[in-house]
Amino acid sequence: MITGVPASAGVAVGPLHIHVIGDTLYEERSNLDAAEELRRLDDAVVAVDTRLTELEESTRTRAGDDAAEIFGVHKLFLADPSFSDPIRSLIEQGRTAESAVFEGSEALASEFEDIGDDYFSQRAVDIRDIGGQLIRTLAGVGGSDLGTLSTPVVIAADDLTPSDTATIPDGMVLAFVTAVGSATSHTAILARAMGVPAVVGIGDLGFEEGTTVIVDGAAGSVIPDPNEDQIAEAILRGENAKAIADEALASAAEPAVTLDGHGVEVVANIGTAADARRAVEFGAEGVGLLRTEFLFLDQPALPDELEQMAEYAEIFSHFPNQPVVVRTLDVGGDKHLPSIDLEEELNPFLGKRGIRLTFAEDSLFRDQVRAILRAGAGRAVQIMFPMVGSVDEVRRARARVDELTAELDSEWTPRATDIEIGVMIEVPSAAVMADVLVDHVDFFSIGTNDLTQYTLAVDRTNPAVAHMADALHPAVLRLIRAVVEPAHVAGKWVGVCGELAGDPVAAPILVGLGVDELSMSAPSIPLVKQAIRAISRSAVRDLAMRALDLDGPAEVRELLSTR
Amino acid sequence: MIDHTITITHEVGLHARPAATFVKKAAEFESAITIENVTRGSDSMNAKSVVSVFKAAVAQGHDVKIVTDGSDEREAMDALVGLIESNFGE
Repeated sequence: MITGVPASAGVAVGPLHIHVIGDTLYEERSNLDAAEELRRLDDAVVAVDTRLTELEESTRTRAGDDAAEIFGVHKLFLADPSFSDPIRSLIEQGRTAESAVFEGSEALASEFEDIGDDYFSQRAVDIRDIGGQLIRTLAGVGGSDLGTLSTPVVIAADDLTPSDTATIPDGMVLAFVTAVGSATSHTAILARAMGVPAVVGIGDLGFEEGTTVIVDGAAGSVIPDPNEDQIAEAILRGENAKAIADEALASAAEPAVTLDGHGVEVVANIGTAADARRAVEFGAEGVGLLRTEFLFLDQPALPDELEQMAEYAEIFSHFPNQPVVVRTLDVGGDKHLPSIDLEEELNPFLGKRGIRLTFAEDSLFRDQVRAILRAGAGRAVQIMFPMVGSVDEVRRARARVDELTAELDSEWTPRATDIEIGVMIEVPSAAVMADVLVDHVDFFSIGTNDLTQYTLAVDRTNPAVAHMADALHPAVLRLIRAVVEPAHVAGKWVGVCGELAGDPVAAPILVGLGVDELSMSAPSIPLVKQAIRAISRSAVRDLAMRALDLDGPAEVRELLSTR
Repeated sequence: MIDHTITITHEVGLHARPAATFVKKAAEFESAITIENVTRGSDSMNAKSVVSVFKAAVAQGHDVKIVTDGSDEREAMDALVGLIESNFGE
């Protein structure tokens, strides 16, 4: 067995195809006419640019926006004078277009490599990929051997360029194995987006073409020439993982009910109407967090009440009979707006953000609350305030909403009549005081990302300490319990809308602590629902109680993995 | 000619999508635009070239100095600073 870096989970069995980096051989000849060579280069650039647009589009369809983005960067490289000027001047000095491209891209790639950082090594791969495509176009040789695969294979290579990977016909790749590369290389990113297992950085390949291999992407292992037992076992494991994912997706629209009949609402975190549409497809039973910042970000002027109302109404239309929790503007901290001048702060995460900023900018708050209430005419609305740390803040915000409601009524403007008010629990003082706060709200939603960072005093944007920001820390779990218990006594519901909610591993703990609603990015919904269907409420209640008494997050994860 | 120094807060720095977004935005303006990594002490680089912007090697938390010079220097500066402040629209 050979081990490498696990880059994309899943198990595959199949024959190996060794891919040799695209042929960039060209015939040496003398350049008799520089103008003619420059014209050939220009034609090749146009052809490669068209090809990159095609790859960008096909990758977007197969693997999503993030995976396709790399070809956008490649197009910028291709159009960049820093890339093309040295090549053009080599041609003017008497070189052929092919040799000028080879030398020019090699020089730039080496320059990136010399920086000696993984990220720049990837950019060197990009530059060579573009150079190789230009040379093949100039020399009139076909593209990569991967474009013509007609049977499914495990593809092994020193490394794969983005254009190589994107050229593979649908369904013809079982797994990827590369000699070099890291979990952040293109191959790894694309493999994950395509749901294909991958192991990277295994060192020397040393395989023969056609060897049968088992690739286990989660374990990072490659087994050449396996025996029948090993193959049978691998197929079973592969099918299990796939079956779980398929089953989860097939039943995404069904409710999430535990084995002993306890229902948990599984809803989505969204930012736009397009997100809302997608959330419905993944089986969201509503929206647990509508981040309204998207309306304000990147806008030179603030959207007015009517513009906001139109947006909210469109989002509401995707969930006619289900809750949509609208969080009022949450800026400050690491989120800035070009349209509002924020003071420079020494400690922005502890500064004027969320509700604190809202109080200082009443016209913003007024426009937004009026827009939400008007968009919600004829339905229930849920309004949630961010960064609340005290009872006084809730009282003040609520009173302002009441005033604005009265204002709308005095104008005879239609508005939502069923208004629920909640606060986001992300400041430890709010969690600790939840038993008092609860008298002033209709619901709580726990933002575990910020709650964790504030409770553990760990800046999650600081790479030196970010790994310590684990929301499964018993300190955070105890605060969640401190919120859920008084809320339930008062007959109010509690949601969780941080990243923790979208992690199927954490679902037993959160359900065990009594959380009523889990809100997450839409693609996480099917697997979290499936995780809930596999547990019983009474068993996870005991599990959660045990987790509260453990030493730290590592012990909690251990408890969950041995369950 | 105007200049402005600002901190990059995006988690990947001025790489990948943020770099591409930045370069595309810079290319919309007529003014000459340069960017310099103050934290690392880089040369000032052409902000309309993705290769140059990559070479400035701007990581999260680095300060960059942007200089715009030309007929639309004010608009260009506002747009680029706005992009950084909005964390590239994310």
